[in-house]
Amino acid sequence: MISAKDINEKTPWQELTPGGEIYEAGTARLYNTGTWRTDTPFFKQENCKHCMLCVPYCPDSSIPVKDGKRQDFVFMHCKGCGICAEICPFKAIEMTAGGEPK
Amino acid sequence: MMKFMSGNEAVAYAMKQIDPDVMGAFPITPSTDIPEVFAGYVANGEVNTEYVAVESEHSSMSVCIAAQAAGGRAVSATSSCGLALMHELLYVAASARLPISLACVNRALTGPININHDYSDSMGSRDAGWIQIYAENNQEAYDNFIQAMPIGEAPEVRLPVMTCMDGFITSHAVENIELLETGAVKAFVGEYRPEHYLLKKENPLAIGPYDISAYYMEHKVQGAEAMKAAKARILKVAAEFEKVSGRRYGLFEAYRMEDADTAVVLMGSSAGTGKAAVDQLRGQGVKAGLIKIRVFRPFPGEELAQALAQTKAVAVMDKSEGFSANGGPVFAETRSALYDLKNRPYMVNIVYGLGGRDIRVEDFERVFSRLADIAASGETGPVYVHMGHRSQENQE
Repeated sequence: MISAKDINEKTPWQELTPGGEIYEAGTARLYNTGTWRTDTPFFKQENCKHCMLCVPYCPDSSIPVKDGKRQDFVFMHCKGCGICAEICPFKAIEMTAGGEPK
Repeated sequence: MMKFMSGNEAVAYAMKQIDPDVMGAFPITPSTDIPEVFAGYVANGEVNTEYVAVESEHSSMSVCIAAQAAGGRAVSATSSCGLALMHELLYVAASARLPISLACVNRALTGPININHDYSDSMGSRDAGWIQIYAENNQEAYDNFIQAMPIGEAPEVRLPVMTCMDGFITSHAVENIELLETGAVKAFVGEYRPEHYLLKKENPLAIGPYDISAYYMEHKVQGAEAMKAAKARILKVAAEFEKVSGRRYGLFEAYRMEDADTAVVLMGSSAGTGKAAVDQLRGQGVKAGLIKIRVFRPFPGEELAQALAQTKAVAVMDKSEGFSANGGPVFAETRSALYDLKNRPYMVNIVYGLGGRDIRVEDFERVFSRLADIAASGETGPVYVHMGHRSQENQE
């Protein structure tokens, strides 16, 4: 059974799974969709009260939490939608122009 | 066991004998009897099928896709606009390689609205990646449906199968047909055991993921190769079916073709009328023959070319108007298939029978008479014509 990490853009058709079936969960982790961003959120740690409101509002998986503390953004899947900046009550997130993190 | 049944009842009965896991269906003339009769089997506890009554054909095919992906056997039935409403999902079923079985009772597509027979519905689906098998009569409609699952579910194929019959002509006409014993049908169709399915708890599975351009073409090549492989599988299943039924099927039926000078190529119930014309002409010493295409997808191009190689003139008869301004779909495929022959017969296309317009033995005799003229003169005249319609040119 072929695993997703063993499939890439050089794999011939005979070695791909029928119809593109994927035989495991969580394979989105392997695929960088953060390249579409035109705006990028910037985390102003000094303003953050770790209220955690931004975490469930993020439509993707770009705000990691560790030991009850919000960590800095992980940009691999961040589309720059700006919802986190909009929802933050403490001005701890600022949107910056361009796809590159400030 | 001989039984008096309509084409629709015969297919519903085949479904009962198979006892599929799920049926998703929405009524539409002339296929309505199939889900209606089958719903009776469900209500009476004669099958174990989960019957999902849906709000549209888009949903009935979605139900089938989900059920088949989950690891079950899913069936549906539809016609005309219903098939058109499924169009998007037909591609999803084929590209996800889900061997769903669909009984298509052919009916003209609306515009203007019409409920009678032609092939404009399934011809519109011909490029969706489904296997398409056409029946001439009730017996074939029953037999083809029983062969659908062993064909589509084979690992080298894994494609959905559409078995087609002519609306009203076949679906509603009642004929004596030979039914197999239910035990024999179950043994022939066997258990559905896909390697991967959504309800296999040991192994999470995603079906139909987004396919970027770096992968999409490879998956289309897979489907194309599966369709090529389907040809051998169809013949193998037909050979097995002959063992249990005594009835022989191929990719097409060649009727009195051994020494034929002129021939017609067509599909479905018109073949019965055409064969009557061939018999009459043979009685008069005319070497006429007929080819009835049973399997349209995959198209039996090489085999057809061989079967027609020795003829002098051929009329391909399309019961749907493809609006290509260059002939109907069966003609396009057949003429293309014959291009590689060193010596080709002359070939013309006759579009007939649209929206249930009748075709009679005399009409076939006129076609064969024209073919005899073409064979003698070497002049085809107009290659793409319509027959059986009123025109200022044919007013008597």
